Amino acid sequence: MSIRGTEIKIEGLSQRYPTRKVPTFNRVDLVSPPGEALAIIGRSGCGKSTLLHILAGITRGTEGRVLLNGTEVNGPSPRWVMMFQAPHLYPWMTVTENVGVGLTFARWGKKEIAERVAEAIRLVELQDFAQANVQDLSGGQQQRVALARSLVMEPELLLLDEPFSALDAFTRAALQKDVRAISKRLGFNIVLVTHDIDEAVIMADRAVIMAGSPGDIVHEMDVDLPDPRDRTDPEVQRLRARLMATFQEAANYKKPEVSLAAGAGR
Amino acid sequence: MSGNTAAASGMVSAGVTGNCLSRALKATAHNSVHFFVGLIALGAIWWAAIYYVTLDPEMVGFRDFSPASTFAAFPEIWEDGTIQAALATSGSRLGWGLGLAILIGVPIGIVFGRVRWFQNLFNVPFQFMRMISPLSWEPIAVVVFTGWEEAIIFLIAIASIWPVVFSTAAGLSKVDPNWFKVARNLGAKPYHMVTRIIIPAIMFDVLTGIRLALGVAWIVIIPAEFLGVTSGFGYAIEDARESLEYAHLMAFVVSIGAVGYVLDTICVLLIKRYSWHRG
Repeated sequence: MSIRGTEIKIEGLSQRYPTRKVPTFNRVDLVSPPGEALAIIGRSGCGKSTLLHILAGITRGTEGRVLLNGTEVNGPSPRWVMMFQAPHLYPWMTVTENVGVGLTFARWGKKEIAERVAEAIRLVELQDFAQANVQDLSGGQQQRVALARSLVMEPELLLLDEPFSALDAFTRAALQKDVRAISKRLGFNIVLVTHDIDEAVIMADRAVIMAGSPGDIVHEMDVDLPDPRDRTDPEVQRLRARLMATFQEAANYKKPEVSLAAGAGR
Repeated sequence: MSGNTAAASGMVSAGVTGNCLSRALKATAHNSVHFFVGLIALGAIWWAAIYYVTLDPEMVGFRDFSPASTFAAFPEIWEDGTIQAALATSGSRLGWGLGLAILIGVPIGIVFGRVRWFQNLFNVPFQFMRMISPLSWEPIAVVVFTGWEEAIIFLIAIASIWPVVFSTAAGLSKVDPNWFKVARNLGAKPYHMVTRIIIPAIMFDVLTGIRLALGVAWIVIIPAEFLGVTSGFGYAIEDARESLEYAHLMAFVVSIGAVGYVLDTICVLLIKRYSWHRG
């Protein structure tokens, strides 16, 4: 499996809904280099999930644009694939069929599909369940199938919308480590939306904090830690405490009036 | 050590397989007992009813309706080919009518279940049409169509289309919208949504609708064949009644029940085969 990362450029991105007075977020700028794992942290309602949906091409921003290696995101593409909070697998398909479904949409040949699917299933360590019905798997195993279904497309960017929030603590910790390890081995970018500080510290190279109404990126912090990362490591705990303090500080953030006026006037 | 473990796991596996087989055989035996006891009970009620009625000397003619006379008539109507001909003709009409209902009903059901404005617009007309007795269309069908054959097929189609439409639509309403979101995210085109997501997702409901439709169609076809045509089970019953061959009439009635039961069982097997629902 050969995957390259991508440079993500978010330029002046805004999102407003006609029914709301205040935009969800206003003129957001962000750059992420190829291969980076970026965590977007923020409280509910700050617009982080909306930002992720725009990155995935599922929703369109009202202003600004998103560029991936210079290509503007105008809709969904196998090059940028999203993993949701729940795995949303197709229950009438086996694990193998679920993992290969995106390749069948792209009209790949049967032999190539079989090879790539087998490799993706091996990556998420579900070889013994390849022919199982997905309804017979545990929540963690189902989320691994969803991960394999995303990886098989060889995306440049994997978008994760709180993907492990429904799992138990042990499974969540294992998957967080595995996803990071796979992304580093294969070289694709990750953009992770979460409100879990631990998750950001374990999975990301950099964390940005969104806050305010309209939402904005108010802080960012490099998560410069060696792999594999362990929650009990004092260095991990120190960084976690720093990130938590920054997050709490951001909770009191108010966007400057001038920025709001400039956004509203455009 | 590992050899012992393998042997032990093999024994455990053989034991589990043996238990499963034993449970399956027990379940089959249990079901078979219910099947035959139910049939025997039905036969007993039938026999007792005819016996009781024929105690009255004026009602002796009803003996031809008895189980013994009915089963004695089977070889006769089988040898002269009446059953085979009726089965072929009624089966063909049923196939055409039900086929049309499925061909038209499933796409309408998909649109009805998926497109809100279509559902709002056609809910009342469809419910109105559904409540019209299929046989009340017969005089209209005879006028509209050039032959009775087409009229009967129309009656079967109009009777069986509604269960297909409403079951398909009900299936659509249960489809998880996230399945579409995931599919779009993985590059699915609109026809992939239909062939890879919608149809497999609603197959259980479509087949359940077809099963209901089959029941309705099989009920409608008999009275529809009473008039105008000279073939099929409906005609065979009417002909036997006019010829006063009551044993033959009952043999046809039993055949209709048996054929209906077999068709329903095929539907149940198909539903089991294509259902992905658990529990």
